[in-house]
Order: sequence, then structure tokens, then C-alpha cells
Amino acid sequence: MLHSDSEVWITGIGLASSLGEGNATHSDVLTGRHSGMPVVDGTAFAPYPVHPLARLDFSKQIPKNSDQRQMEGWQKLGVYAAGLALEDAGIKAHPDLLDRTDLAVAAGSGERDTAVDCKVLEASGGPGNSPLRANEILPTALRPTLFLAQLSNLLAGNISIVHHVTGSSRTFMGEEMAGLAAIESAFRRVAAGQCDICLAGGALNAEREDLLLSYELGRNLWHQPYVRIEDRAPGGGGFVPGSVGAFLVFEQRKHAEARAVRPYARLTAVETDRAHRRSNAATNPLAQVISRVEHIVTPNTAAVFSGASGVAPVTASELAFLDSLKSCGLIDYAWTYGNLLGHSVEAHFPAGIALAALALRARRVSLALVGENSVSEDASSVDRIVVTAVGPRCGEGLALLEPIV
Amino acid sequence: MATIVRDKKDRPLVAITGCGVVTSLGRGKQDNWRALTQGRSGIRQISRFPTDGLRTTIAGTVDFLNVVPHSSPALTIAMATAAAEEALAEAEFARTESFPGPLCLATPPAELEWPQRKLLWDEMAGSELAGYQRLLAAARSHEHAEMAGLFQFGSVADHLAERFGTRGLPVSVSTACASGATAIQLGVEAIRRGEIQAALCIGTDSSVQIEALIRFILLSALSTRNELPQKASRPFSKDRDGFVMAEGAGALVLEDYASARARGANIIGFVRGCGEKADDYHRTRSKPDGTAIIGAIRNALADASMEPDQIDYINAHGTSTPENDKMEYQSLKAVLGGHLSTTPISSNKSMIGHTLSAAGAIEAIFSLLAIRTGKLPPTINYDLPDPDIPLDVVPNHARDARVATVLSNSFGFGGQNASLVLGAP
Repeated sequence: MLHSDSEVWITGIGLASSLGEGNATHSDVLTGRHSGMPVVDGTAFAPYPVHPLARLDFSKQIPKNSDQRQMEGWQKLGVYAAGLALEDAGIKAHPDLLDRTDLAVAAGSGERDTAVDCKVLEASGGPGNSPLRANEILPTALRPTLFLAQLSNLLAGNISIVHHVTGSSRTFMGEEMAGLAAIESAFRRVAAGQCDICLAGGALNAEREDLLLSYELGRNLWHQPYVRIEDRAPGGGGFVPGSVGAFLVFEQRKHAEARAVRPYARLTAVETDRAHRRSNAATNPLAQVISRVEHIVTPNTAAVFSGASGVAPVTASELAFLDSLKSCGLIDYAWTYGNLLGHSVEAHFPAGIALAALALRARRVSLALVGENSVSEDASSVDRIVVTAVGPRCGEGLALLEPIV
Repeated sequence: MATIVRDKKDRPLVAITGCGVVTSLGRGKQDNWRALTQGRSGIRQISRFPTDGLRTTIAGTVDFLNVVPHSSPALTIAMATAAAEEALAEAEFARTESFPGPLCLATPPAELEWPQRKLLWDEMAGSELAGYQRLLAAARSHEHAEMAGLFQFGSVADHLAERFGTRGLPVSVSTACASGATAIQLGVEAIRRGEIQAALCIGTDSSVQIEALIRFILLSALSTRNELPQKASRPFSKDRDGFVMAEGAGALVLEDYASARARGANIIGFVRGCGEKADDYHRTRSKPDGTAIIGAIRNALADASMEPDQIDYINAHGTSTPENDKMEYQSLKAVLGGHLSTTPISSNKSMIGHTLSAAGAIEAIFSLLAIRTGKLPPTINYDLPDPDIPLDVVPNHARDARVATVLSNSFGFGGQNASLVLGAP
């Protein structure tokens, strides 16, 4: 299927994170022009460190104040990153293209009004049979349109409203599985000619107590002073959430060539699965999905951009497997991109693919960043990159990206 | 002559070989279809939680599955399980615990509910901590594995994937009130790509919990006819005043027609076409010229390689809100033209209410039952026709009709529009 018209090309990238916004910012960190130090806030949500979103001027992508007022942080971040990707792909000012661009969004839901939540809880008194006073308080305390800033599919809805992307619109849910499903669906539809051009991605606003609560209930969070993902197992593991908006434009090769757009990379494969990990905690989560692409991954694959979250025990299993690939000489290195961005749940897989595509365009990745002791100043090779994403409890997948030369 | 196993666009035909349903009218196709064709309503006073002081106190709740302790995701899972069991029994796969394809699930967004939030708060009784710091401390210091296993966005899909042994990554999709149709569409697309031979497509929704009710009340979306719950949902009537929240699940087994035939499966019908079109006008309202809804319907017909006059019956979105029913009529008129006046159209929501994420799947199943039984379910509570919506709504009583092709519409907040064309075997 290589070099056929139906190849899936990445022709637009929109990224905003704790590092800043835009492709140059993120590419400069990948190539070593700028420091690869993660931005971590250890106090605002203590004991949970988070990677806070860099300051953005939302009006650059969401010009109408009335639109901004309808959204909370999660939607604004996603709509912003989506705008960057559309601009980058050169379709932003083309109504005819936007009208047939499909949307595949990975989403959780929007911010709760935590002050109202606490008001209800405080009024509802002590334990036991004290009545819940939600009926009395919520109808007057909740902003009537807040629901629309919370509904999962309203990130996509706002992208349609603000950027006029009006092909089909689908929102995928399920934490990390949302990102995997959105990317896989978009990839397979474009590859099969079911759509020519698709905007796919997601957003996570990590700076939310309501969101931290839902992850903490599943014991997924790291709540000690920040350390790298590889170093969390002795402390029980956990992820450090990072605010990330990550969108990609996938396009059929012939469609991209017809409008003479410069692609970042070719997306050669996306594989996902749901391994049965419960029965065996040491299961390598990638065993199944990698076996399906082994024939194209080996030889000559440069690297793995691992989406390992830091949650135990699955991260240790994944990293051990990647180490074994490296010892066999099958890959040059494995780099855990969550060390740079934090773990961005629904947006994590799209973000990893975005970084890999930037690395392929730049043709280099800083060896200092990826933790390799290099004898030379040369950057690592970047001939092919496998991007992984693994849910703490279930769902895993990978994407294979190749350069277009 | 060889059997045709591909459609006019040379894609694999997508057959339906099993379906199952749960609504406020009962469990299973038989009970539901009997009630629907008798014009019975499943709408009632909400008894699940106190509704004192709320503008709307009625819903189409599913109260007979005895989910203990009750929570939205637990009931969402229970309804989906019941519907899928029925669908799989009908599809007659040899192995019932290992479905040979993926799960495509339409399910509501996950969220902790008030009883859980209060439980966490109360776990820290005596604590000096305030606000979410207190909830987070409760989460850290007590075991909540069961809660965590229900209230993640992937929880419902995970339970169902485990229960039915579906293959690969379970997919949870939300396109608001069009989700059920989108779940079917995801299965259709994968079969047409030749990736899979079967998909288990489910729409399920148990959203009747206190905050969801209040949210829809605050958007002025709900009927306030609390005195006569069964008369509250009145799609296409002049005095319609909003939709009625409801619960339910619909499950369909989709199969590549060639492989379904090869295993000797009974074919219930076909998904002939799917169409979508996103609207960029407003978060809750359609473009006044209806172009997005029109686009979805046209896309579905084009996908099915069909002309408007081939539609025999329309299973309407028909929510009973002033806005939807008017826009749906105007858009249908634009696509079907003169054929609309002779095409019966009815809204199941007059009887089961609006099952939200599940509606598209449930209504696809009722469309198939109309094809199979030659009976059109009525639009009940149609006493005062809206003169601006001149439609044959199959008023109040079921009607016999030969139906080969049905158009089923689903529209949702966030500019979501999806239509399905379902055909006879």
C-alpha cells in the first residue's frame, strides 16, 4: 500500500501545552534548541503535581467573546488547538474544504462548577440520612448553559461553530481509549476513502479538581513531589496530568497533493486493542498490537515515543518491553513523551502522534531529551517512529509514522 | 443467479441479524412492540429521587431491572446487557460469550452523581478540610474501586466488552441525541471497509438522575405537563412544550451480509445508508434554513443510492420540542418534496420519551419492527395538529402498511445530525 493514493498523510498539527503553543515551540524542544525541562506546578493542586497550560491568548483562535463565554477551559483549549491545526493545514480560510472536513474528537467532559458542588455538600449536612439538598440549590445556582460547556460532544460542537468544520462530527469517549478510537477511526476512514480530510484530536484541562477526583478514585494519580515517569514505580506509580490540546489533520495523499500542501509524515498503521490485563498484572500491554505491525516495524524503526502514563504496574511492563526491543537492536531508543507534556488522557495519543510528526519533519530528536548518552553531537535517527498509548486499566494502541521524502 | 452481497457502490452489504430493546414500556421486542402498537405511554412520575420544587417531575424511567445500588452507569450497563442478550439470542451465534467483532457503544458521558459525591463528603466527617480538598482526601484514604469502575468514561463499554467478549478496543461514542445512530454507523463503516464481519452496536442511556434533570430544565428543553405524564410528549402537536427524558437501550448485531448468509443467519433487515452533517449555527439550535439536517438526510439517501420517493415510512426524531419538530418537518419537506405528504411519519418518543444517547439505536429497531410486522407505530397525543407541520403522523392509532424502506432521523445538541436508511431483507 506504500506510495498509493490512499496513503494517510498528516498535513496539519495544532498543539498547546505547558510548554507553550504551536509547532515551532514543541519542535524546538524535540530538536534540543530549547530546554526539554517539563513545566510542573507542585502547589496549586497539592499533593498532585500538574503540568499547567501555558498562557494563551484564546482570542487568536476564538475571536468572538460570546463564543469564549460559552466555554470553560477544556473546550477553549481544544478549540484553540483545533484552530492551530486547521491553520497549519491551510484549510482555515476555505469554506468549501471546511464544509467537508470530518471531525473525530476524543473527549471527557467539561468543568463542573465546584463552588456550587461544595455549596450543596455543605448544606446537605452530616452523614447518614441527612437529605441531599441538590433540588433546592442547583436550579438557582447553576448557570443555565453550563451543561453545554460540559457535554462531551460539545468540544466538537464548538469546533464546528467557531471554525466551521461541518462534515461529520463524532466524539469518542473512554479516557485513553477515546484518543485511540478517534485516531483509529479517522485513520481507517481516510485510508479507505470514506473521507478525504479529517480533523482528529482532543484536549485535557489538567487544572481541575473535579477531574483529579475522578482519576484519584481509580488510584491513578501521582501524589508525591514530581519525578519522571520511569522513576515512579517505587512510590506506587501514578500519572501527573498535563494540560494539552492536540489536533491533527489527516488527509488522503491524493487530496493533499492536489492542493499542494506540505505533509509532515505518513501515518502507515494504527492498531488498537484491549488486552486482558486483569488476570496478569505483568502482561505486556503492547504484545498484541505490536505483533500486527512487526513486519513493517522491523527493521529500521528508529524510535518509540511511548505514551506510558506512570501508573503501576502497566507502565513498568510497557517500559520493560521497550527496553527489550532496544537491547535486541530493533529500535534505537524509546522516549516517554509524558515526561514532557504530562499525561493528557484523551489527548495523549493525538499529542504523541503530533510530536512524532514534528520530529519527522525536523529530521532530528535531541538525544539529551530522549535520555540517550551520545558519543557525538548528532541527533538520533528518526526514520520511523512508533507512538504508543496505554490506558492505566485497559485499552492500548500504537501508530506508525514514516517520513515523506 | 448469484446472490447480491454488495451494494450499488460495490461495498459489502450490511445485514442486521439480531436486535434487542429495553424501554420504559418493558424488556424485549415483543412487549415493546405490543405496547407501541397499542399506543401506550411509558412516561410516569419520577420516583427514583425527590422532585419537590422542580418544574419537571416526569420521565420514561426503567424501574423494573432492580439495579442495586442504583446509579446511572449501573442501570446503563444493565439495560445494554439485557438488550444485547436479546440481540445475540436472535442472531444465534454459536458462542454466546465471545462475540466475533467489536463493540460500538453509544453511552452518555460519565460523571459522579450526587449520592456518590455526598458519600465521599460524609466519609470525611469531622475533617477540617473544605471543598474538593475534602472529596480528594476521601478518595485517597478510602477504597472506591467499585465507584471508579462505574464512573469512568470507558466504564460502560468495559463492562459490556467483558460480558460479551467483544473483540478489540471497545468504542464509546457520543454525538448527543444522535449517538445511537452514530454507533450503528461506526459498525457499518468497519464492515464496509472489510475489516470485520460483525459488530455489536448498542445505544444505552440512563440519565434520569437529579442533576441531568435539572440541567435540561434549565435549558427549558423539557415538557412541564406533570399532571398527565402519559400525555406530556406530543410530537408535531401545536401545543407541544418540550421533550420528556427517558431511559432505554437498543442493541443490534450488524454483519457482513455474505458472511451472515454463509453461517445461515436469519436476516432481519439491512442498513442501506448512513448520513451525517455537522451544524455550525448554535449549540442547541439548528440553522434556520435547515441545511445541516437536510444535508444529513441527503447524505443518508446518497449513501444508500436511493431517491427520496423510495422512502416508505419515516421514524422521526420527533422530540416534541417546538424547535425540533418544526425544523425536522421543514428539512424533510426540502428533501422529500411532494412525496412527504404521502409518507407516514411517526415519533416513538410520544410513547417512550426521549432516550437520548440510546434513541438512534432504539428507533432503528422499531423501524425494523415496522418493516417486519407491516405495522406503523402511532404518534400518540396528537389531538391538536400544528398547522405549520402538515404531516401524516400516524395519529394516535397504529396502522397496517407495507414498508420496505425506512428513514430514521436523529439530531442532537452540538450540531449533531445523523440519518439512517434501513431496508427490508
